[in-house]
Formats: sequence, structure tokens, C-alpha cells
Amino acid sequence: MAKDNQVLEEITSKEYEHGWTVDLETDSAPKGLSEDIVRFISAKKSEPAWMLEWRLNAFRQWQKMTEPKWPNVTYPEINYQDIIYYSAPKQAAKPKSLDEIDPELLKTFEKLGISLTEQKRLTGVAVDAVIDSVSVATTFKATLAEMGIIFCSFSEAVREHPELIKKYLGSVVPVNDNYFAALNSAVFSDGSFCYIPKGVRCPMELSTYFRINAANTGQFERTLIVADEGSYVSYLEGCTAPQRDENQLHAAVVEIYAMKDSHVKYSTVQNWYPGDKQGKGGIYNFVTKRALCAGDHSKVSWTQVETGSAITWKYPSCILKGDHSSGEFYSVAVTNNMQQADTGTKMIHIGKNTKSRIVSKGISAGKSQNSYRGQVHIMKRAENARNFSQCDSLLMGDQCGAHTFPYIDVENSTARIEHEATTSKIGEDQIFYCQQRGIDEESAVALIVNGYAKEVLNQLPMEFAVEAQKLLALTLEGSVG
Amino acid sequence: MDLALKNNLLENIAISSDATGNIRHQALDTLRSLGLPTSKTEEYKHTAISRLLEKNFQHLGVSTEKSNITVDTFRIQDLDAHVLVFINGVFDQAQSVFSTEELNIQPLAVALAERKELIENYFSKLADTKADAFVALNTTTWNNGLLIEVKNNVQVTKPILIHQINDASKSKVITASRNLILVGKSSEVSIIEKYDSMGEANFSTTVNEVFVAENAGLTYTLIQNDSGQRYQFNHTSIQQESNSRVNCFTLSLNGKAIRNNLQLSLDGEGIDSHMYGLYLLTGDTLADNHTVADHRKPNSISNELYKGVMDGNSKGIFNGKIYVRPQAQKTNAFQSNRNILLSDKATVNTKPQLEIWADDVKCSHGCTSGQLDEEALFYMQSRGIAKDSARAFLLYAYAGEVIEKISNETLRNYIDALVSERLHKNF
Repeated sequence: MAKDNQVLEEITSKEYEHGWTVDLETDSAPKGLSEDIVRFISAKKSEPAWMLEWRLNAFRQWQKMTEPKWPNVTYPEINYQDIIYYSAPKQAAKPKSLDEIDPELLKTFEKLGISLTEQKRLTGVAVDAVIDSVSVATTFKATLAEMGIIFCSFSEAVREHPELIKKYLGSVVPVNDNYFAALNSAVFSDGSFCYIPKGVRCPMELSTYFRINAANTGQFERTLIVADEGSYVSYLEGCTAPQRDENQLHAAVVEIYAMKDSHVKYSTVQNWYPGDKQGKGGIYNFVTKRALCAGDHSKVSWTQVETGSAITWKYPSCILKGDHSSGEFYSVAVTNNMQQADTGTKMIHIGKNTKSRIVSKGISAGKSQNSYRGQVHIMKRAENARNFSQCDSLLMGDQCGAHTFPYIDVENSTARIEHEATTSKIGEDQIFYCQQRGIDEESAVALIVNGYAKEVLNQLPMEFAVEAQKLLALTLEGSVG
Repeated sequence: MDLALKNNLLENIAISSDATGNIRHQALDTLRSLGLPTSKTEEYKHTAISRLLEKNFQHLGVSTEKSNITVDTFRIQDLDAHVLVFINGVFDQAQSVFSTEELNIQPLAVALAERKELIENYFSKLADTKADAFVALNTTTWNNGLLIEVKNNVQVTKPILIHQINDASKSKVITASRNLILVGKSSEVSIIEKYDSMGEANFSTTVNEVFVAENAGLTYTLIQNDSGQRYQFNHTSIQQESNSRVNCFTLSLNGKAIRNNLQLSLDGEGIDSHMYGLYLLTGDTLADNHTVADHRKPNSISNELYKGVMDGNSKGIFNGKIYVRPQAQKTNAFQSNRNILLSDKATVNTKPQLEIWADDVKCSHGCTSGQLDEEALFYMQSRGIAKDSARAFLLYAYAGEVIEKISNETLRNYIDALVSERLHKNF
């Protein structure tokens, strides 16, 4: 036991690897939030009048709303007037190629291990990198453009494809959907937009790297993915934030609109600064992610590996409107120290013969609290709907908590719903078995945790799976319960 | 949509000044500040019971309508038991048959007036008025109920059967009963509560507070087979000490709206707790079962199985909470909720919930919702069994898994017949 504690201590005292800041001159808005700030952001981005109107509408709705209190997390009151809502790295002109980009910035990416040039050359991943709200460079744009795929920063999309933005922005997550979505709609600074035309199979993984750099800035990015009939796209999102003492607010919105026969795969690896051992600092991650399977036979799958953030509040959802549409949710959520996570999914079955599958693996260590909150709702019209949910929790140490709040609402008699959940710790006999065969305790735990999360990790694209496995090992290896 | 209720339901509630007068006043204050639950109240999200009450009743104070109906039609045939009969919330001495040789049974109001320590140590200690407005309502208005006290080392041979009959054939009836049950060390007792009603709209609240001492055993059976106009709130809190055993069985067949809270607090080691439930609903019956297994100490086991069949416009709601507190290592907790929907107008809302703060535990829950196996139906039909009978057979087998857990044979046969008749007739 003494050894266990020592190992636990070692792991839990591990400092956040990505915690450093780069001196980038930023161009920020003053602190606080008002209609003027919304106008300021809109003007900064040289947005058309309709976009500003949309933002102002969202802002007015937000003012009438109150922060949700139902999640199983506690945090000090957020002062929304004490946040800088816009911060952009200073740049003289728009870069046309990577060579023109601030070398400091490129170094930032290199430290993160996503060197743009490297990736461009070796992996064939098109990266739309977002640093503090403004999309810096989008690689492989030309290659994608040939196929008719639009993959660009959100502000660019507003300028160049207003008809698409007007049509789909807010169509999945309306401005008044929830408190944080409304806030995002009012002040979102940038994000990614992606449109896959009819019948096109996107040949490469599209990827965005989010990273919060400047102190006291909230990051509010917005992602909109529109998959036209019969198209396919796999989208990756990764997040890291450097070490900051004050809590930083992150309220993003991701909307996916999937038309007939389309297939969208959205993967996230989230490794934001979780705060120190006492729970000081860290990111508040309040994200609204939702996909609308609008067309028949459409399919959306969410995969997430959540290892960071002081507080996570996130429910990637699928509205299965089209007949035969299907939604999937695979999640690994790891919490350590004082982290709190309240995450899960919603599967709303509206169309006939719709299918959904939920696999959620929670791992809690230290003094953290990890909650799964999910809803499976079968509407009256959803004949022959099918759902399978599995949420498992693994506890390490006796000071953490694991909670499960599944809501299952069925209004159609032909629906078949199965839900199961288990909570357990790593078995002593499992560790003993490994040790017997010459595997030390730490490696044994890593092995078992990886095996436990395998079902989810397998869903990740290659590039991410490696990183995710590393992250898991980093946060947890040796934490024997 | 305006969710606020017209709160006149809570006006004109008279408070009797008995031994629990102060507690009643506090409960009324709590009730007024809580208000009746709305669809915004998480614990009553799908149970619009307040709206239904508002439609049918002027206020929720207890009624004084007397009735002299006989209990005969509601009896459990051949069951050798201590029988206690309440009609419209009034204890009917003439129709009750019981002996106090093995145990102490007396009206709770009388017991509380005589024995201060009951109020100090037990009364209103388990059922939290702040957690549920209807507990507060009951604590304010209760006017009948029993103290059932089993001394140490007593194996009560006969079960105790409490009939709660509401006769609303002349006017609306509202009752509020309260039972305090103390099971002494190494004792054993079985308690059955049976709810029946006739006539028009009637509403009853019952709050049971049960203390089960070390090594003791309790079997608690609840049978709700009303005439379809009863609105019912039933709250049972059971506190268990080390090495005690509790078996609960809840059968909900009829009634307008049923809300059952069953809360077990496993406050000792080596405890064994079982909760079984069966709800077979037709028409526009709503049945809502909220259960809690709260593991507070190490090395205990809790096990739960609730099964439901919903037909017509009926609504089934289940919420099972398992709490495992930080000290409660080596806990084993299992929970299962299974539902069959037979009609497209029937709905089920289920929320199995785990909250775990200890690491060395084995906890799991599962829930399913579906319909009868088409192939099994077809198999039986192909062998000349009519579809309706085949369906009833399958449902009977499905329900059997719960019924077979009842240990008293007479009671089991009675419930078995009740369920079987219902499945063949109504589904």
C-alpha cells in the first residue's frame, strides 16, 4: 500500500507538460462584455451586417438566460465582465504560405508536436490551426479546393461563403439553446468551417488545433461542418492550453449538419490545463456539440478523449431525424487531482429505424469527480429504434468519485433500449497476474487502463490514437487503487 | 408555459396540536417554501402529480368523510396474519384482528403522546421533509397510522397486514397515514401494506419510517391495486444496522397516479438488502418508483430488480439511485430495471443512477426497454396458442422472475393469481 501511495503521489505530482507561454504580441479587446464588445469583435473581423445582427440577437438572448446549475460540478462564480473576449495574434498581413508566419508561432506548434510543415509533408493532415481565436494558417487548402471541399477559418467563410453560413449557422445549435451556446454565438471569435460537397469522400483527415495562449482570455470558437449528400469526412480536434493561474473560460460550439447518406466522424483529444494539485487554475470547458442527422441513412460518430480541463461540461449529441440514421458516441474521460467532469451524450431518436450506440469509459483518480450524464430519447415516430449504451467507471484511490446519470425516455413500443453501467477498480489479481509474468506494477496499470479504454481508442484515427494513448499513460500510469 | 401552480392546494390545512405539533408546524413551513413539485423539479420531472391533484382537489388537508364498508372483498384469502384495517384513514377496530403477544401494535398518535423518546429518537428522523414536498405534507397532516414495535430476539410468526381502504363513493377522500416500525435486535417481522379504493377521486399519503436493528430481518410488501381513481404517495425510509436483512417487494397494478419512494440506508456492515418491484399498467395509470440504496458502511450488499409492463396510455417511471459513500469499501450493489411497452401511447422514463465515492466496490446497473420477443410469440402461435394467450404467457413468465422472490407462500400465490388474472384479462 505504501508503494502504491508513493507511485500515486509521483503521478499526481507530475507537472503539466504543455505549460509554457510564448510571447506573442496580441491585439486584444478590453475586458468585459457589452453590446459594444460584440460590435468590436464583429468590426475586427470585418463582418457583414447580418452577422453582427446575428451576434447581437444572441447577446440579447444571453442576457435573459441564467447559468445552468444542474451539472454535478462546483466552481466559483464566473465574472463574465472580467474576461477578455477577443485576443488575436498580431500580424501585418494575411499569410499566403507557411513561410510568412511568425516564427514564434511556428515554434509554439512545434512544441506541441504539430509542426505544420512536418505534418504537411509527412502525414497528409490538413491543419487549420487556431491560436487565441484567429485561424492562422490552413494547409492543404488547395488540394481540398480541387475536390470542391471548403475547409477554412470561420471568418473567411463568413466573407466568402455567406450563403452557406446563413443557411446552416445556428441550424443545429440555435442561439438560445443554452447559456454557454448563447454566449458563444454572441462573441465567437473564430473557428473552422467545413463543407463537403455531394458524393465527395474527403481524402484526408481534417484537423484543427485549438490552444489558449494569452492570459485572461476566454476562447469561444465555433465549428460548423456541413456534409452534403453521400459525402464522408473525418474531422479531428485537439486542444491544449499553457499553464495559467486564473481559470480560463472556454465555451465552444460545434455544429454538424449531415445530409442524406453522409457520414461524419468527429474526434477530439482534449488536453487542456487541468489546474494544479490544489485545483488552482485550469480551464473551464463548457462546450456545446451537436450533430443533426437530417437526411436518411446519415451517420455521425463522436469520439472523445478527455484528459484535461479543470471542469468539463460537454455533451456531444446526435439528433437522429432522418430515417435509418445512426449516431455513435465513444468517450474516455480521465480526471485526476481536483478535476471535475460532467460529460456524456444525448441521442434523440426521431426517424424510423434509427440506431445509436454509446460507449463511455470514465477513469477517476486523485480527488476528482467524474460524471456520465446521458439521455436516450425515443420519440413517438421512431419505429424500430435501437440503442445500446455502456458506461463503465474505473476508480483509482478512495478519494475520487464516479457518477452515472443516464436518462432513458421511451415513447415508442417497438424501440429496443439496452443500458448497462459498471463501476470497479483495477483488480489486484489482474495486477498480480501481470507481475507474475515480469511486468512491473506501473506498466501493468498502463496495460490494463489501455485495455479498458481500447474500445474507444480504436475509434480514433491513427494520428490521434498514438497521442491519446500517451496522454492516458501520462495521467494515470501507476495509479493503483 | 407557465409552470407555477396555483398554490391554493396548500391553503386551509388544519394542524392538530398533538405531541408532534411543533414538527407539524415546521413541516408546513417547509412545504410552503418548497411548493408542490412541478415538471421543473428533477425528482418529479415526468410525474405531473401536482397538476393532477390540482384538477381534482380543492386543498390537500385530510378529509373527514366516514364510511362503513367491509374489508371482505379486499382480503388476502387464507393468509394467516395480524390484520389492521383503516377505512378512509380511520382505524376500524371491529374489522381488525391482531394480537399483541409477540409485538406491540398501537396507534402512533397514542404512542407518541405516551413516549417522548420515540419523538426524540425516531419520529421524522428518516423521512426528510426538505427533500420531498409530499413528505412535508404528510408530516403536517397525518392523522392515522401505527407504531409497530418488535422487541429484541422475537421471531414474529404471522405477517402484519395493513389494509388502507379509501371509500370515495360519496365524496372525495384525502387521507394521510404515518407508521413507525421498530424491529429489535435479532428479530424477524413481515409487514404487508395493501391499498384499495372505490368510488371517485381520492388521495392518500403514507410515510413509513422503519428502523431495523442488528441481525434483524424485515420483509416489506406493498400492494397497490386500486380502482383507478386513487392518487397515491407512498414513502418508506428504512435504516439498517449491521448484519440486518431487508426484502422489499412493490406491486403496482392500478390507480390513477402512484408515486413510491423507497429509501434504504445501509448504516452498518454485512447488510443484505433486496428491492423488487413489478408494475403492470393499463389505461392512464402513472406509476413512478424512486428508490435509493445508500451504502454508508463497508461490506454490504444491495440488489434491486424492477420490472414493468406498460399498455394503453400508461406511464412508467423509474429512478434508482445507488450511493456508495467513501467509507463503504467492499460494497456490492446491483440494480436492474426492465420495461416492456405494449402500446405506442405508453411511455417509460427510466434513470438508473450510480454515485460512487469508494474505489474497492462492485457496482453495476442495467436497464432495458423493448417489446415481447416476436419469435417466441410466433413459436407459440404455430403450436395453436392464440396470440393473446401467448402474449399473456410470455408476460407472466417475465413477471415471474419478480414474483418468485416472495417467500410467504400464501402471499406469493395470491399475488401470482392477481398478476395472472390481470395479464389474461387486461393486456
